[in-house]
Amino acid sequence: MAVKGETPGPAAPAVPVDYRTIDRVTGPLLFVRDVANAAYGEIVEIRLPNGERRQGQVLDSRKGLAIVQVFGPTMGMNLERTSVKFLGEVAQLAVSDAMLGRVFNGLGEPRDGGPRIVSETRLEIVGNAMNPYSREEPSEFIQTGISTIDVNNTLVRGQKLPIFSGAGLPHNQIAAQLVRQAKLRDSSEGFAVVFAAMGITSEEANYFLKEFESTGALERAVVFLNLSSDPSMERVVTPRMALTAAEFLAYERDMHILVVLTDMTNYCEALREVASAREEVPGRRGYPGYLYTDLATIYERAGKIHGRKGSITQLPILTMPADDVTHPIPDLTGYITEGQIYVSRELQRRGVYPPIDVLPSLSRLMNQGIGPKRTREDHRGVADQLFAAYATGKDQRALSAIVGEEALSAVDRIYLKVADRFETEFVNQRPDEDRTIDQSLDLGWSILSELPETELKRIKPEFIAKYRRPSAPS
Amino acid sequence: MGSVARVSGPVVIAEGLAEAKMYDVVRVGALGLVGEIIRLVGDTATVQVYEDTTGVRPGDPVENTGQALSVELGPGLLTSIYDGVQRPLDVLKQNLGDFITRGFVAPPLNETKRWAFTATASVPSEVEPGTILGTVQETPLILHKILVPPGVAGTLESLQSGTYTIREPIGSVRTGGESRPLYLAHRWVVRVPRPVREKLAPGIPLVTGQRVIDTFFPVAKGGAACIPGPFGSGKTVTQQQLAKWADSDVVVYVGCGERGNEMTEVLATFPNLPDPKSGRPLMERTILIANTSNMPVAAREASVYTGITIAEYYRDMGYNVALMADSTSRWAEAMREISGRLEEMPGEEGYPAYLGRRVAEFYERAGRVITLSPEGRPGSVTVVGAVSPPGGDFSEPVSQNTLRVTRVFWALDAALASRRHFPSINWLQSYSLYVGDLEPWYRAELANDFVTLRQKALETLQKEAELQEIVQLVGVDALPEREKAVLDVARMLREDYLQQSAYDDVDTYTSIQKQYRMLRTILAFGERELEAIGRGATVAEVQKLPVRQRLARMKWIPEAELGPQFDALEAEMTQSLAALSGGA
Repeated sequence: MAVKGETPGPAAPAVPVDYRTIDRVTGPLLFVRDVANAAYGEIVEIRLPNGERRQGQVLDSRKGLAIVQVFGPTMGMNLERTSVKFLGEVAQLAVSDAMLGRVFNGLGEPRDGGPRIVSETRLEIVGNAMNPYSREEPSEFIQTGISTIDVNNTLVRGQKLPIFSGAGLPHNQIAAQLVRQAKLRDSSEGFAVVFAAMGITSEEANYFLKEFESTGALERAVVFLNLSSDPSMERVVTPRMALTAAEFLAYERDMHILVVLTDMTNYCEALREVASAREEVPGRRGYPGYLYTDLATIYERAGKIHGRKGSITQLPILTMPADDVTHPIPDLTGYITEGQIYVSRELQRRGVYPPIDVLPSLSRLMNQGIGPKRTREDHRGVADQLFAAYATGKDQRALSAIVGEEALSAVDRIYLKVADRFETEFVNQRPDEDRTIDQSLDLGWSILSELPETELKRIKPEFIAKYRRPSAPS
Repeated sequence: MGSVARVSGPVVIAEGLAEAKMYDVVRVGALGLVGEIIRLVGDTATVQVYEDTTGVRPGDPVENTGQALSVELGPGLLTSIYDGVQRPLDVLKQNLGDFITRGFVAPPLNETKRWAFTATASVPSEVEPGTILGTVQETPLILHKILVPPGVAGTLESLQSGTYTIREPIGSVRTGGESRPLYLAHRWVVRVPRPVREKLAPGIPLVTGQRVIDTFFPVAKGGAACIPGPFGSGKTVTQQQLAKWADSDVVVYVGCGERGNEMTEVLATFPNLPDPKSGRPLMERTILIANTSNMPVAAREASVYTGITIAEYYRDMGYNVALMADSTSRWAEAMREISGRLEEMPGEEGYPAYLGRRVAEFYERAGRVITLSPEGRPGSVTVVGAVSPPGGDFSEPVSQNTLRVTRVFWALDAALASRRHFPSINWLQSYSLYVGDLEPWYRAELANDFVTLRQKALETLQKEAELQEIVQLVGVDALPEREKAVLDVARMLREDYLQQSAYDDVDTYTSIQKQYRMLRTILAFGERELEAIGRGATVAEVQKLPVRQRLARMKWIPEAELGPQFDALEAEMTQSLAALSGGA
């Protein structure tokens, strides 16, 4: 059979023509008439009557009509004197080592007053899908220094682990702490950070920039900022710009990249804005039916490749509207990502930091990253037993609110105590507290040792014998 | 040759295609992207394209191959990993590198590999579809039977043992006056079920080694089961456990719109996992289809058909095949996305009105059958479909349409998952309608009282749920000892029986014989406990018995020592409970 490879990108027409045939402007969309053959996904340059230039992208192309999505406001555009030039190429990003330490806007243009990135390497921002056959199974334990993540929801290199949060919860502090502390065990090798902000406030952006600056992380960071005051349409491309930069650094420069994407909720809303302007048939809550596929093309760009040194670990942050985990954005995200870190309002109210609720949290790649040689032989058992004990303890807490603590059996009262100690000693830690995995596991044992040995059903007997400390009489 | 008139995402409208037929495969644009015609109006055809259409423009050429989307079936399928339209991912990697670029066509089966073919049919003889011509040892685990393809019958003129590639004729058959060559491989259209002679009633369980499934909610060989559950409730782990341990001959695992790293995990673990029966690598009886969530959406729509067609092919050889589809919701969403681009009138939640029909058609391809064959060879395809309901709400259209056509429902429960009770199959909501069909098998192959024990265990768990409501109000101490004993037994069932660790070397698989002994032991304990209470003992005393610990550890009794170990355990249990007489 014939074997045919790809020559990337559409063939550019000899001379780009200026079209002055805009038929309609609705929301972020331009309808351009009499266009011979615009390519799907082609980038266009729009020139406004006042000489300003904006960028756009072809969303739908048919004979004589192209529908263009404008990255930016359509304010000031008119039908007569606005021209559209089809550039014959799809969206690309110039990438080079000089990107480190720089701040760009959502479209990849400098925002820090520095020069533009000049490079011969220009990469298409809509990356091709990674061949599942080329992927390497992520298995290197990342120590974050946060007990609830390290012990209960272990992060590994190449994973995509979102933070599910809500308005008013400290997800930014947690993300900053993760960026600061994340490292491989027994290695000081840190991560380079690619930070993509979509529609966050300038206060939040400043918080992160200051954090990066004070810890020296900024030198090893590439920042893409689209603030809430910036055009929402830019947000649709921002995460793809960031991931293209991340892929360059990871796979061409052998770096380990931590990509922080915040806030994915704003990204999805921008996507919904485009879909509704196109009068598409909506899926749930007005979000387009292809939201899952679209999010997957972002999240699935995390990973590791056989034979290449670098890796991309993703830490997307999203705020759940009304803390509702069944809302389409967290819901679809959870189905794509390899687990989630769940920030709890209840724990926040109890004054616990970081208020990570381990019960609904999950790391799907945990098993590959833990155990002898990676963390410690008893890790799996301790994690499972802590989950089970905390769940039982919380049940007893609910029950004792009704029937009173006296009505509980002796064992159940121990569980109650275990749940309390778990929250105040294990979950709770200082924002600058960097616990090693051994410290975290030992802390887990100190709490589990409250329980009689017969209750420790999730841990292998030999580990109980080795690690359990007889509980001090209390 | 036609041309592109419009392009919008994965949907391309082409005009000027002469003699186009529905579901013909076309090649779009200069790159020759593969697509399929899904609507015809006049001489314009709507095409769903299996690859990213970025860069395609009006006026680009569109070529009709005149063929419907089909898969190539022959030796070399096993151990392969394909994308949704049967492109081998390892060949794509060799040719394209680590990222999948477009317009690349690769033969699904290795065209140069030579297979040792042993002819078994005699020449001359009358052959019909399904007649076994001979065999190829495809992998050490699976003997590939070369069949006369459906639709071919006549007199076998020649057939030679020897080594062949799939492109060399192995013999010929004279049919209707003309001679027709026979090959090791043939093609079959994916959207058409392969014909069978007769469908049989289910009667043999698919033994999976998973206690909650085999004991409580079994699926029959040739049955269809559905696992809906919110994210993080363990769908994928359950599917992978079935793929690893179910006693089927061949496994087809379709990763439909799921995570890339999960497919990597399967790829990394299956070659190292031994088949429980033979000790050979599991991969030797496995075919993977991986169309991950970021791969083109139309190919995702095709992937489940590609998978089930391959499954039917091995069924036709007389094998028991298990197909895991993870997740059918992503397949339904692919349909919704294409339907939306076609601007079709949507049904529920934006899904097309034909969703229910497509789901039913797919599951109907499962079954235990008498294949087309002179000797009436039986074979089966068992389908296990994962469903990912938004927000874990089972009332959504994909779950509901699936439940209508599957007879086993494994309801995954987020509450169980969050307390790490795995597999998190909810024992009160789940059901299996095959238990009645399978009862004769249990009596003949296992034990007369297995079905009774199963029923008793379920009743105990149901009773527990009722008692828990009372406990919520008055506390456990207010219950009489007999009811505390029910809670005690139910807790043992939950913690020592239903919970099973997929990651523990021993616990990951429990033979049906061991399941029976474990269940019998727990329920016998419950009876003796009640007797002891009748004599005045308390549940607290019973719980302190050292034998309780041994019961909790019976999941680690090695399969080789079942008989003696369980006999000893039951004896110790009877003795120590008998010794508990009130006040003693």
